[in-house]
Amino acid sequence: MSDTTQASPMKAADGTPLKKSLTRALRRQKLRALALIAPLLIFVLFTFILPIADMLFRSVENQIVGDTLPNTVQALKAWDQASDEAPGEQVFRALSVDLQVAAELKQHTRLGTRLNYENPGVSSLFRSSGRGADKIGKDFQDRLVELDPAWKEGETWATIFGTDEWLAAEAAWDADRAGKQPAFRMRDGIDEALPLTAHAYQVFVKDVQGAGKNPATTKPWRVFYDALSQDLGANPDPASAALPSAQATLIAATSTAIAGDSFSYKDAFLDMDTGWGAVSTWETIKAYSAPYTAGYFLNAVDLEKGADGIAVRPPEERIYIKLFARTMWMSLLITVSCLVLGYPVAWLLANLRASTSNLLMILVLLPFWTSLLVRTSAWKVLLQQQGVINDILVWLRIVDDGNRLVMINNQMGTIIAMTHILLPFMILPLYSVMKTVPPTYLRAARSLGATPWTAFWRVYFPQSVPGIGAGSILVFILAIGYYITPELVGGTQGVFISNRIAFHISSSLNWGLAAALGAILLGVVLLLYYTYDKIVGIDNVKLG
Amino acid sequence: MNIAPDIPKPSLMGFTLPVMALAGALVGYVVGTAKGNVPAGIAGGAAVAAALAFVLAAFVPQRTAGRIGAAVVFAALGAAIGGVAGGVAGILIGLVLSWIAYWLATGAYRAGVPVYATAGEVLWHNSFRVICGLIFFFLIAPIIIVLPLAFNAENFFTFTPKMLALDPEGYSLKHFRDFLSNPDWTRPLKNSFIIAPLATIISVSLGTLAAIGLSQSHVPGRRAIMAILISPMIVPLIISATGMFFFYSKLGIWMEDTVGLSKDISGYIKVVLAHSVLGIPFVIITVTATLVGFDRSLTRAAANMGAGPVRTFFKVQMPLIMPGVISGALFAFITSFDEVVVVLFVGSASQKTLPWQMFTGLREQISPTILAVAAVLVAFSVVLLTTVELLRRRSERLRGMSPT
Repeated sequence: MSDTTQASPMKAADGTPLKKSLTRALRRQKLRALALIAPLLIFVLFTFILPIADMLFRSVENQIVGDTLPNTVQALKAWDQASDEAPGEQVFRALSVDLQVAAELKQHTRLGTRLNYENPGVSSLFRSSGRGADKIGKDFQDRLVELDPAWKEGETWATIFGTDEWLAAEAAWDADRAGKQPAFRMRDGIDEALPLTAHAYQVFVKDVQGAGKNPATTKPWRVFYDALSQDLGANPDPASAALPSAQATLIAATSTAIAGDSFSYKDAFLDMDTGWGAVSTWETIKAYSAPYTAGYFLNAVDLEKGADGIAVRPPEERIYIKLFARTMWMSLLITVSCLVLGYPVAWLLANLRASTSNLLMILVLLPFWTSLLVRTSAWKVLLQQQGVINDILVWLRIVDDGNRLVMINNQMGTIIAMTHILLPFMILPLYSVMKTVPPTYLRAARSLGATPWTAFWRVYFPQSVPGIGAGSILVFILAIGYYITPELVGGTQGVFISNRIAFHISSSLNWGLAAALGAILLGVVLLLYYTYDKIVGIDNVKLG
Repeated sequence: MNIAPDIPKPSLMGFTLPVMALAGALVGYVVGTAKGNVPAGIAGGAAVAAALAFVLAAFVPQRTAGRIGAAVVFAALGAAIGGVAGGVAGILIGLVLSWIAYWLATGAYRAGVPVYATAGEVLWHNSFRVICGLIFFFLIAPIIIVLPLAFNAENFFTFTPKMLALDPEGYSLKHFRDFLSNPDWTRPLKNSFIIAPLATIISVSLGTLAAIGLSQSHVPGRRAIMAILISPMIVPLIISATGMFFFYSKLGIWMEDTVGLSKDISGYIKVVLAHSVLGIPFVIITVTATLVGFDRSLTRAAANMGAGPVRTFFKVQMPLIMPGVISGALFAFITSFDEVVVVLFVGSASQKTLPWQMFTGLREQISPTILAVAAVLVAFSVVLLTTVELLRRRSERLRGMSPT
């Protein structure tokens, strides 16, 4: 008997080896569990984790400079900022084209706003220069149209840059306006012969088609004239591209005619705004031309990327470190006051008869279940200068009517209200730990001759430490991210970093900075979350 | 150490009367302040309280009779001094002082401590209870205080003299009427009751399934999955809101342009999705907690008797974990119902919820209707708390019956 069992593996009822059968059953069980979890996991990943990842991405994303000023960024590479001089004509030529394109797309103000976060004053520079650059384009337009009125027609430009097939398809689309517009196809070689103009034309087609119009019949942008003049100046004979003869002649004639023209872009821009002559403007553009930047994070910790690397911001602009420190400090104060108030209550609840403690527990749970807004408004009512507490103090003659206490719209208001709001989160974990400490230990300590204090401090307190840890981390995590209560009762001195994040989202619209501040806060919270998980175990969180 | 078999009665002259005089002096101070003569109030209060204690301790051993008598006498005194409000205050003061008198005179204040405790220990024991009482007061008073203020006839945020005098003219329902008739409040109320139930349904259905999955014995990466599912509760709301603000605006554009939903509907969808993900951790936690004590042999028994997995789930598992599911649903509901930050960032004006309206109300034009809303919400939370508490007990009873 024993020989056979050892020789061949154990078999299940259907004849498969038991081991294999077990593995299969286990795998099936695993799959079933995962299938149950999967919908929620996907849901949370999509609706929660992805948004957070998107926010983290935004805190380093900086494509707007490179996208809006592609030629300028390219030209700036040659500029040496150590020379202490504004860049030369070449950069201003590129800027003229980029700025006109951006102005047509109404993006120059957005770029100005973006760069203004790094260098205050740039915003107005861009806003005013959008108009000025358009004026440059108009001068070139007048010059070219004067040479040949054909330049005024959208048709001319479309024929130069688009392939014949595209032109035909576009015309066919225009006839009945049904379906999608044909995708733009650039004529071979033209983007090498006339690079600036070709690029501008591509942007033009995308914009015009997006608006549901036919590029061939739409009024051309003024930037084309400027860009074409520049392209012809660099390459007077772009005949390499296979253009139809009429257009080739037109270009050749124009090229010859404008060959002697001279125009200083740099002077034109300096006339518009002397800000273009400032080295700092160009340093900012150059520093933030990369598609990804640490700039928002540097800003969030009061640093900036200057000419000579990373430097500390001037004292009047240093606010975030202070705000982070204040958030931490006030959260710590709130945690400590929750602990001081919560410990005795938890002890009482854990040591009373079950019926009494259940009754008293309601007093802890009712605030827990009451709307946050209700509790905050209650504190607003209580703490105001004309509020209930001040009224009672005045009535009891403890405080003079003339100098009522200021308890709201400052740090005190935030601390009082938030201690009240977070107190249940301290009491509940403390209570659940204290409930497990046998009361006989204290009695044993006393009967061995310990004073009440020694018995508490040496015997009871060490056993309640896990509860203190759990409650404190929970309260601290919740406190550092609070927004509503500080916003309503904190005034200017009692606000947290979260209020600054909200301010950047809804008022200043500096979303990158908001994302960077959020990312730092998230880092701190995750660190604490990890600690909490290690100490308490996330599965052991209990509610009520 | 003095070990006595009985609680010793304290000395009347040496202990009860002086302590009562002290308590009376405190009450007298308050009354004196109200009447503008503090020294007279303190002296009078001390004398009256000491006299009360003497009479009760020496001549009225029947507790109930003594306390009612004291309440009547003090009510008459109070009414003589301060009208209706004075009378009510008098009843309260009479009840409190007579309770203290009996508590002291019968030695009941030592009931909670061992008989061998020293005087210092007794004092500490009772001060500790007073301290705890004050902390409970701190917890509950702000919530209680908004209730009477909501009935204020004036547009004030504090008690008016008329209210303090208990004059019916000082009270009115006008803030409640405003809450129920003003579209500034009814629309948000409606929105809240559209968004919160929908969000609750999503989080409960998905959350319960996942909690059942998580409670199986062999789940690969259980800890990591749990951490992800709980994270919406841990990540500060402002960060969730910031992330959702960016991401959901893209989602909204996609829903409007590609799917072709109206702006309103896509707005509701965004807020409902955001709120349901915020409610999920609560469902997971409560349902997992019920599943911890779940007896696995019951499902095996059901399978043994020929029930399929679906039938087992609805007939065996479901009734047992139902209390956990319902309390998870209530948590998810209140999370959505009470949520401001995310809806502020993700929603648009047509999705304005009740907390959002309260938030703007508190920040900009503070209107007393907020207190009426607050009072209604407090009543609402009392109902929720009661339900959760009953469910918890039911769940404990159910599990207590099932063999473990």
